Amino acid sequence: MFYTVKELVAQAEHFDSVAALMIQTESETSGRTPEQIRELMGRNLDVMADSIAEGIAGVKSVTGLTGGDAKRLDAYLTSGRSLLGPVALAAVRNAVAVNEVNAKMGLICATPTAGSAGVVAGTLMAVREPLKLTRNQQIDYLFTAGAFGLVIANNAGIAGAEGGCQAEVGSAAAMAAAALVCAQGGTADMAAQAVAITIANLMGLVCDPVAGLVEVPCVKRNAMGAAQALTSADMALAGVRTVIPPDEVIGAMNQVGQQMPSAFKETAEGGLAVTPTGRRIRKRIFGDD
Amino acid sequence: MAKQLRFTSVFDIIGPVMVGPSSSHTAGAARIGKVVRNIFGETPERVDIYLYESFAKTYRGHGTDIALVGGLLGMAPDDARLPDSLKIAHEQGIHVTFIPKNDKVDHPNTARISLSKGERSMTVTGVSIGGGNIQISEINGFKLSLSMGTPTFITVHQDVPGMIAAVTDIFSSAHVNIGTMTVTREAKGEKAIMIIEVDDRKPELADQLRQLPHVDNVTYFE
Repeated sequence: MFYTVKELVAQAEHFDSVAALMIQTESETSGRTPEQIRELMGRNLDVMADSIAEGIAGVKSVTGLTGGDAKRLDAYLTSGRSLLGPVALAAVRNAVAVNEVNAKMGLICATPTAGSAGVVAGTLMAVREPLKLTRNQQIDYLFTAGAFGLVIANNAGIAGAEGGCQAEVGSAAAMAAAALVCAQGGTADMAAQAVAITIANLMGLVCDPVAGLVEVPCVKRNAMGAAQALTSADMALAGVRTVIPPDEVIGAMNQVGQQMPSAFKETAEGGLAVTPTGRRIRKRIFGDD
Repeated sequence: MAKQLRFTSVFDIIGPVMVGPSSSHTAGAARIGKVVRNIFGETPERVDIYLYESFAKTYRGHGTDIALVGGLLGMAPDDARLPDSLKIAHEQGIHVTFIPKNDKVDHPNTARISLSKGERSMTVTGVSIGGGNIQISEINGFKLSLSMGTPTFITVHQDVPGMIAAVTDIFSSAHVNIGTMTVTREAKGEKAIMIIEVDDRKPELADQLRQLPHVDNVTYFE
């Protein structure tokens, strides 16, 4: 088992990849065979792909607050007029799709949480064709993301109620950035750089769900997380390095989460949730303030 | 390893597959409900659910109420019937009350669930720690720390002498090491509960436990 990013990178040197280290570690702690572990992850991959397809086809949440934007983004992407390149915009569209399905109580795979489930799945499905990833390589992508996610979860946290949105979309974007680096042939150390850059850029992000629902701003924050993951991955692959070491950045995120007032930790008592419009939406849906 | 890690499996991070919208407030809540149902050992007639902090403030928006009740009915976080759980509970004649509380507690996502059926009653506190992962922190006022993800057996049995020895014998014969064990009871001579966390995944031992005299119910989960 690895407790820090430093240990993860060091241990990965004895394996073909970060994914191989994660599978071996999981096998040791769970008693399952590597084949069983890969198969379990394969089911997660299938749910991710299905949720993206469902979201792009067009959905509407229970409250009507969200839905239909993945479909809009898909049409815009097809028009060829986008400012972002097709891979980045596809990642954004996919991330929105997953979280729109989540908001309508559809089936998704939490990565690391439901509210941030679009980032890892969205980036993976955006690069799988351009990078010609086989099914096994797609499954590896999820193990790489999970390896860095475990370190973040154990040293900071992944619950918005504990650490704000930085713990959810921040962690998800860092996990996706690491997996993107490895999928593109980067090293474990480059992946660690991408993790640090991502978390540093999303440090302090508050969790302020309007009416307490995982819809506004969660759906669009996943789009941002996907875009940041691609940016961080490209920076790390270009050789850009973090000044503050990855483990210290994760420690800082943990501390910021503890120092953050509870109004910004999934209580719907701060940020967008208490804007005049946010309050009106709450009243319309639940009939109280 | 000396350190007590909150998250030990890659599937704590990539997963679970679940019905939205919130891993902590929906999937975690369903898991709490299901584990509490297993600890109680039968379908309750009456359930009072006390919600704290973030659970208290956002439970309706996140479907925490729906998920807790779905879990209490035995549904898993990816069960497609989950959105209809309140209706299903009503149809089965289960009386459910939600009570949001203002009290400060150790963790923001906490639910204290009081269940009763006839003369039997029990109170269990569950905590959702993120990503759908949960802990059970209290049973009948008795503090404990039970993390899901570890192979766990829960027995509900009569409080008679020799039960602990009979149960541990089964694990010992199967060469399965017991990591932690919690024993509690409703009252002397009444129903008692054992919660046993083990190191190896051997769900088949549940059948052997069920065959012991005075054992009412055995549940295995991980």
